[in-house]
Amino acid sequence: MINVSKLKKGLVIDHIAAGSGYRIFRQLKLDELNDVVILMRNVPSRKMGKKDVIKIENHINLDLEVLGLIDPHATINVIENGNRAKKIALVLPKRVEGILKCKNPRCITQYEKVEAPVFYLANEEEKTYRCSYCDSPTQFEGGE
Amino acid sequence: MIGRHLIEPRDCSVEELEGIFQLAEKIIEAPETYAEACKGKLLATLFYEPSTRTRFSFEAAMLRLGGSIIGFDDPNASSAAKGETLSDTIRTICAYADAIVMRHPREGSAKLAAESSDKPLINAGDGGHQHPTQTLTDLLTIRQEKGRLENLTIGVCGDLKFGRTIHSLIRAMDRYAGIRFVFISPDELQLPSYVKDEITYASYEETKNLEAVMGELDILYMSRVQRERFVSEEEYLRLKDIYVLDAEKMKKAKPDAMILHPLPRVNEISVEVDQDPRAKYFEQAHYGMIVRMALLMKVLGVKEND
Ligand SMILES: [Zn+2]
Repeated sequence: MINVSKLKKGLVIDHIAAGSGYRIFRQLKLDELNDVVILMRNVPSRKMGKKDVIKIENHINLDLEVLGLIDPHATINVIENGNRAKKIALVLPKRVEGILKCKNPRCITQYEKVEAPVFYLANEEEKTYRCSYCDSPTQFEGGE
Repeated sequence: MIGRHLIEPRDCSVEELEGIFQLAEKIIEAPETYAEACKGKLLATLFYEPSTRTRFSFEAAMLRLGGSIIGFDDPNASSAAKGETLSDTIRTICAYADAIVMRHPREGSAKLAAESSDKPLINAGDGGHQHPTQTLTDLLTIRQEKGRLENLTIGVCGDLKFGRTIHSLIRAMDRYAGIRFVFISPDELQLPSYVKDEITYASYEETKNLEAVMGELDILYMSRVQRERFVSEEEYLRLKDIYVLDAEKMKKAKPDAMILHPLPRVNEISVEVDQDPRAKYFEQAHYGMIVRMALLMKVLGVKEND
């Protein structure tokens, strides 16, 4: 296994479902950071078999909403002085702004420009959100 | 409720609805008292999709309160045709009018418009989505004709799949105690599960047989099967006349039953039923104007003299 030097100060996004790491990397625009960022894929995991891990050498502000949407089972560890200082568990956000797009062809948001449409969580298991304008359900399918 | 928007029926609490209905009752008892209630107020009726019935109902309501109206009902003549955004149109209208009534073919348009409106905006139908004043009309009709909104068995018949009026009525009545619904439809037009899942307090059953349940109903709410909802003309023709309420079926109804229909009807209620005192759908249209009068007074915050 490739060894990566231990983080002194920064964030570790752990327990990402194998294969979702790159999507999170792109969605969080980590390529735009000037800090050291490491994306590890297919890391062996006792619990998950395989997992993806992202390490960021700084305390940046993460968009927890996007993260929660893509992989609600991921965890975030805040590292201080080489030790875990805090663990943040993710949840599917109840309200999402500006990430989803309504798929209802009759919805007003298809015709009028809405900067950051708001969606409300409708079904946790199915990851369905309801458009705040037309109430149609939309499933989150990742940030393609 | 001064300055409030009405986008969907649940924007009003049960208590606020009761306030509207009590005012409506006072208007019914002494309409002349309110002939100048909205004097000096201007209502804009923006109809991006024609609906003569709804527009007349709002305009008659405002005129009967002594208010004035401006508006359009031909989207081609409006600034939208010139490419103006909905929010710009609304902002402009707000500079002239005291309240706005809007009908628009796109779902969610009323909420979007309300975001740009600093005057109360009433949704008069946004595509297949919401039509709250129809629901207020239904509730006032039931309240006035039955004397209560609780402890009722309500049959809902026809297109339960696409009928937004029906979905709204079900959600609205579910907030009252002792409600039992009987959903009457063919398999193809059954009430969607997401509406059933929302039913919290009421009990319900489903059937295909209208005649068999006629005798249990306090209220029978009939609805039209809408052609525009069908992809296949063949299926529409097969289902459109599946339920026809006629004098024969009315014999099985309770003596104090009440027949409602949001109108316009096609064939689902035969004209012979119109003579039956239990047919209340034309009274319903009258209540529709009354409830809009009460609503306009509430959102405009005009004085309700006792
Ligand atoms: Zn929508």
